[in-house]
Amino acid sequence: MKHTLSVVVEDRPGALTRIATMFARRGFNIESLAVGPTERPGVSCITLRVDCTQHSLEQIEKQIHKLVNVLRVTELVAGEAVERELLVVRVSAAPERRAELVTTAEALGGRLLDVGPDAVVLELTGTPEELDAFHELCHPYGILDLVRTGRIGVPRASSRRRAQRRLAAIN
Amino acid sequence: MTGGDAILRSLEAEGVDVMFGIPGGAIMPTYDAMARGTAVRHVLARHEQGAGHMAQGYARASGRVGVAIATSGPGATNLVTPIADAWMDSTPLVCITGQVRSTLIGTDAFQECDITGITMPIVKHSWLVQDARDLGATLKAAFHVARSGRCGPVLVDVPRDVQETAFDFSYPADVDLPGWRPPTKVHPLQIREAARAIATARKPVLYVGGGTLNGDACGELLRLAEAGSLPVVTTLMGKSAFPETHELHFGWPGMHGAKWSNLAMNSCDVLVAIGARFDDRVTGKLSAFAPGATVVHLDIDPAEISKLRDADIPVVGPLRTAVAALGDEVARHRAEHAPVPETWLAQLRAWREQYPLRYGTSEEWLKPQQVLQTLQRLTAGTDVIVTTGVGQHQMWAMQYVLSERPRSFITSGGLGTMGYGIPAAIGAKAARPEAKVVCVDGDGCFQMTAQELVTATIEELPIVVVLVNNAHLGMVTQWQDMFFDGRRSHVHLTSQVPDYARLAEAYGGVGMVVTDETELDAALGEALELDRTVVVDCRVDPAEQVFPMIPAGAAALDMLEYTDAEASVEVRAL
Repeated sequence: MKHTLSVVVEDRPGALTRIATMFARRGFNIESLAVGPTERPGVSCITLRVDCTQHSLEQIEKQIHKLVNVLRVTELVAGEAVERELLVVRVSAAPERRAELVTTAEALGGRLLDVGPDAVVLELTGTPEELDAFHELCHPYGILDLVRTGRIGVPRASSRRRAQRRLAAIN
Repeated sequence: MTGGDAILRSLEAEGVDVMFGIPGGAIMPTYDAMARGTAVRHVLARHEQGAGHMAQGYARASGRVGVAIATSGPGATNLVTPIADAWMDSTPLVCITGQVRSTLIGTDAFQECDITGITMPIVKHSWLVQDARDLGATLKAAFHVARSGRCGPVLVDVPRDVQETAFDFSYPADVDLPGWRPPTKVHPLQIREAARAIATARKPVLYVGGGTLNGDACGELLRLAEAGSLPVVTTLMGKSAFPETHELHFGWPGMHGAKWSNLAMNSCDVLVAIGARFDDRVTGKLSAFAPGATVVHLDIDPAEISKLRDADIPVVGPLRTAVAALGDEVARHRAEHAPVPETWLAQLRAWREQYPLRYGTSEEWLKPQQVLQTLQRLTAGTDVIVTTGVGQHQMWAMQYVLSERPRSFITSGGLGTMGYGIPAAIGAKAARPEAKVVCVDGDGCFQMTAQELVTATIEELPIVVVLVNNAHLGMVTQWQDMFFDGRRSHVHLTSQVPDYARLAEAYGGVGMVVTDETELDAALGEALELDRTVVVDCRVDPAEQVFPMIPAGAAALDMLEYTDAEASVEVRAL
């Protein structure tokens, strides 16, 4: 099962490497990873997507929590968090097919970033599922380059339950 | 003062009395500061691996943080094995390494290596100090992290120019580590639940690991065991946490544990793991381990709870507090007539009677078990610390040497580092000069770190090496004989080259050779009597195997035993 973990860390040299090393050493696999600053100076947030069992997830949370630079580990529970991802794609589009591609992309919330003689660059921000759909849509035109940021997220403002689940065994 | 002086003032402020190391280019400013004077004794090792294991031996014998110091590049990489060992066995260790100048980092400079990168998976934390003004706070944090929570190694890498920088130094009073919050309290509800399960168990067993020693909870353990009349089984790392001459001690579990101990662990109804981690060498086949038992798991490290075996009642927190509280609660239950498990204790005694440790005697050969039994007899009741290497001799030492005091048995358990014994013994002697320190070593292990005998003689840290010399890499030989159809592949070392006794003399110590049982008492007696570094080369039967044995991956109760009933010796530990 897939899980999204939000890891808040002190912005110190090696903080990300330590987390990545822990995953590698314990045989866990990272599916996507996004790192960036937070509202607090000197504090970064690392959002990890992992595919593992519930038992492994608990191990991962506890092992990450032991790292000295880690301030907080929480799971962003599906349905109780808002998750977004950015996709940028360069699609081959001859002039006669360009209008059709751009119209469809814009209908899905995509944006045209650049136009060349036989290709366009599009971006889309959305849920990972929306990005998957967009990816499929571009496919027939011929994808030249595609990059995704990996997901980031916060708990829902409207959620009654707390989406951020602290692990019970950690005092 | 300079950065080098600041490192020494920091160690002094931490109350460090001994550090173990070797100088070299990138750490020279700190060694220059030593020449200006420091209250910390420096023990000059002959190899950085030796320095690291000495710091480990010091830490395990004293309960304090061990300090090793080395230069950059090869000096630092030679510390990797002790760091990995300390990581696996949770030994508190601060390693200080020199690094090339800040301006040269990343340029493949002479003796440059990314030691913080190399050690990342095997340290609790590490620092590359980039500003001399951070040295105090960094070392303060390093000692705090090494000894708080689950103990372990940390590394502080200091570029040469940082050691040379002159600045105004002051050692901080507090650590500033917002992300480091090891458990400090124990949940009373969990204690109550655990106590009820233990006190009402018909067949309880305390499964005691090295965390009990690290958590300084041995006194509390004794009280808990006695208050509840609870049988105690100690792992290799937990050995000496509970007096092995006590009537409630029932041996050691696992691959080469006693049969009665494994029967106890695997037949119990409540298994109380105290600072133990369900290692594969203890459990054998995990799915067949202690089937049906309710598991109570006490540990300072929440990540150990349910890592391998699901805990029914987890208790996270400092073991000293936890075991003391558990002792109080169990005593209350017993006072309220929760019955003592008499039938179970009688069963354990019967198993011990029925399945003793056994080995065969021989006209031709000295048996290794006889060496260990003689050592046990000659040191019983005295202030002795035993260290070991890794292999057959280590297992015989576990089985035949009875530890009576906490921190009196020091060995490499998790990593299984051959060559650990001699330097660890030297470190232990530095920590406890009043104790007699004996390294039970194998001939394979001896040759990995023998150069440190010089450190023992020159630094006046005398140790007795009891060399169980079977001319082979014994444990590998045993596996080849048992599991590889006897195909011996590169395991023969020869018993007489090197000449261990003469080698001991070359290193400034005393050498003895024992080939017959009749010479054992006199030789070991004299070795223990002399206040010098002694190597007693005991030429033992190379065919001897360690029994009982649970083959790797097999269920604990499918153990192999010594079968030859003729002319065998039976030993029941107590």
